[in-house]
Amino acid sequence: MQRFLPLVIVLALFAVFLRMMTLEDRNPNEIKSVMIGKPVPEFTLPGLLRREAAITDEFFKSGQPVLVNFFASWCVPCRAEHEKLMQLANEHGATIVGVAYKDEPSAALGFLDELGNPYQRTAVDRDGRLAIDFGVTGVPETFVIDGDGNITYRHWGPIVGDGLEAKVLPAFEAAQ
Amino acid sequence: MIAELGHFALMIALAFALIGAVVPHIGISRGNARLVAVADNVAIGQFVMVLAAYAALTYSFVISDFSVIAVASNSHTAKPLLYKISGVWGNHEGSLLLWVLILTLFACAVSLRGRFLPARFRARVLSVQSLLVVGFLLFILLTSNPFLRLDPAPVEGNGLNPLLQDPGLAFHPPMLYLGYVGLSVAFSFAVAALIEGEVSPLWARWVRPWTLAAWVFLTGGLALGSWWAYYELGWGGWWFWDPVENAAFMPWLAATALLHSAIVVEKRDALKSWTILLSIVAFSFSLLGTFLVRSGVLTSVHAFAVDPARGVFILGFLAIVVGGSLALYAWRAPKLAPGGVFGLVSRESALVLNNILLSTFAAVVLVGTLYPLFVEALGAGQLSVGPPFFEYAATVLMSPLIVALGFGPLLAWKRGRLGRAAQIVLPALVVAAVAALAIWWQTVGGAVMTAFGLGLATWLTVSVFLEIAERIQLFKNPEGAFRRLRGLPRASWGMSLAHAGLAVILFGVTISEAWTEEELLVMAAGDTAEVGGFTFKFGGVAPVAGANFTAVRGFFDVSRHGRTVTALTPEDRLYTDPVMNTTEASIYPLLRGDLYAVIGEAAGAGRWSVRLYFKPFISGLWVGSLMMMLGGILSLSDRRLRIGAPKAKRAED
Repeated sequence: MQRFLPLVIVLALFAVFLRMMTLEDRNPNEIKSVMIGKPVPEFTLPGLLRREAAITDEFFKSGQPVLVNFFASWCVPCRAEHEKLMQLANEHGATIVGVAYKDEPSAALGFLDELGNPYQRTAVDRDGRLAIDFGVTGVPETFVIDGDGNITYRHWGPIVGDGLEAKVLPAFEAAQ
Repeated sequence: MIAELGHFALMIALAFALIGAVVPHIGISRGNARLVAVADNVAIGQFVMVLAAYAALTYSFVISDFSVIAVASNSHTAKPLLYKISGVWGNHEGSLLLWVLILTLFACAVSLRGRFLPARFRARVLSVQSLLVVGFLLFILLTSNPFLRLDPAPVEGNGLNPLLQDPGLAFHPPMLYLGYVGLSVAFSFAVAALIEGEVSPLWARWVRPWTLAAWVFLTGGLALGSWWAYYELGWGGWWFWDPVENAAFMPWLAATALLHSAIVVEKRDALKSWTILLSIVAFSFSLLGTFLVRSGVLTSVHAFAVDPARGVFILGFLAIVVGGSLALYAWRAPKLAPGGVFGLVSRESALVLNNILLSTFAAVVLVGTLYPLFVEALGAGQLSVGPPFFEYAATVLMSPLIVALGFGPLLAWKRGRLGRAAQIVLPALVVAAVAALAIWWQTVGGAVMTAFGLGLATWLTVSVFLEIAERIQLFKNPEGAFRRLRGLPRASWGMSLAHAGLAVILFGVTISEAWTEEELLVMAAGDTAEVGGFTFKFGGVAPVAGANFTAVRGFFDVSRHGRTVTALTPEDRLYTDPVMNTTEASIYPLLRGDLYAVIGEAAGAGRWSVRLYFKPFISGLWVGSLMMMLGGILSLSDRRLRIGAPKAKRAED
């Protein structure tokens, strides 16, 4: 029966390939977050808006779920997802914390003036330290944080297409 | 107009290939010689048509016809002509067309060079080859047509990835494809033999030169690729165990095993079923490589743009070709009568050991490459398999191979005597042991693996010479030795040269791994640094401009004991279309090692970050690969492989 062995191995291999290729939204370049289930890292960052107070990890322990969105004015995909963020804030009443990643504060302000501000609080992460602590691989990335300050979900890349309805909103509702 | 002609030529080629895949079988079953002969005409016809299509695409690239999508997205008017031509295969569509071109070229070559094959068998081989052409042409025409138009046409193209704008890389894909696709011939021969239900020593004699040619190209392709990585990527490495590198390495391992097992079939009429399986597996590895690059299941520096439709198509094609041929194997293999028997200690056994080790290694590389995918498929998260795994496997599996390589060629066919072979190679063992101990003592016990590696390389080198000495009876009967030396067949020289090439590669790997010196520095003009006993004096930087890039060029004067050795001028290039940074390392090869300099970013105040290396004997890698290729070519030119040539020709040799 050993003459069937190569055939069996190859068929099993192809089954795996087919599964991996037809798997929905699988991106081989995406690196899974290791932060899921972990508390928000400790941090203190200056606020972006005029007279906005510094923001710390204490903000996430209010008992309400919060979204954290890393963005930058120089990032084109951020521009693409902005509309969905506005929708999240206005229609679904989500609390979103924006983090301006490696950006000039004036440029980030200009970006929000032009497209609208979906964020309840906006932090300035000029050297990208907070992004490192969150394990961000590139902007934009969005994290869902539950009422106890634990990260429950990470959305990789821009929220476009049905990404909001299919992924971010369910994760956000689950964190309630 | 030209692009449409190319498109049309591909359709005609598809029609030819369909005829070629079906009609010869009908001819054989009906005993109609004219239908059988169709295979030959079709082989030539499809080659001419694909060549015409390829020429049309090349023309579109050369004249920068941006109304063709493939040209617009991968070319640019400011690109040098060489890269306009190499840009044809620098993208998914064009590289597939090149693949098919080579496939039809090999079919054509089998038809022309294989006139001595029985017509019936040749027709079977060509029809299998045509079936492969059908699959690839359908793939091109349905999912990856290089002749699609763009309306309105852009004024300028997107340009070619600057990393690919390099002479070394311009010839890396064609070389590798010649190797990959060359293995299709062995595959077609194997499938034809399974259909016919017969494998004879003559079969192995036909298959061997094709496999050898493919192996030579594969070796060259891999060597070019690693050479390119070494000087273009700018961090001094030459092999990364990237999934796609592995995908090219596995066919090489399988082809190497096949080369050796086919010898046993030819000489002793044994290992037939295994050799057939190996022929199928070797080409399947080639197809797997194509699939991995183009389907997007794995992430790799080599991956083309991902399109799920393409992935599914090529997986389906793979399933038909690989699954079909293996099913045929499972069905027909029992018909292949086992041939000659041989003793436990014999040349056959040595070649079986070679095959076991090489195929185990190929299997380990396969598992290591696909393991992350399996883990992810089982939903157990993400992980990656890194170089330590592969390096460990290579050491464990290749060391016994090299030890056996010293003995193997000295054992007699059928029943050898280990004692006699051991007696002959005893000097090699002594020299190797002394060399290893000397190095171990020199480095004060610090580098056992280095001593071991150099010991192995020495063992292999000396035993290659001892094998030649034994063949010409240098010690037993010295008078006629020189005459016998001249009389040695080229195949035997080829074998010795290729084996010695492996030893040189082993020297290169071991020495450069153990004694590379590396300095990462911030230097200002006038600073000097000592690396590997050489003094690098930094002379500052100057801006330079090329056809489609601007660069910062650094100047280093390298001297040793006050005497100037050379000047190194590494560059940090910024390409404009598309915008991308590349590092151009400056390398000066010396007999004892390479001087290697890379210039990085400005560190302010006229200072620059630089990396300086001294890499001892790293050239051994490329010299050794070249020796392997030459060995293969020498064997190919051996009279024995040119069977069917008229006897009269013998006088010329």
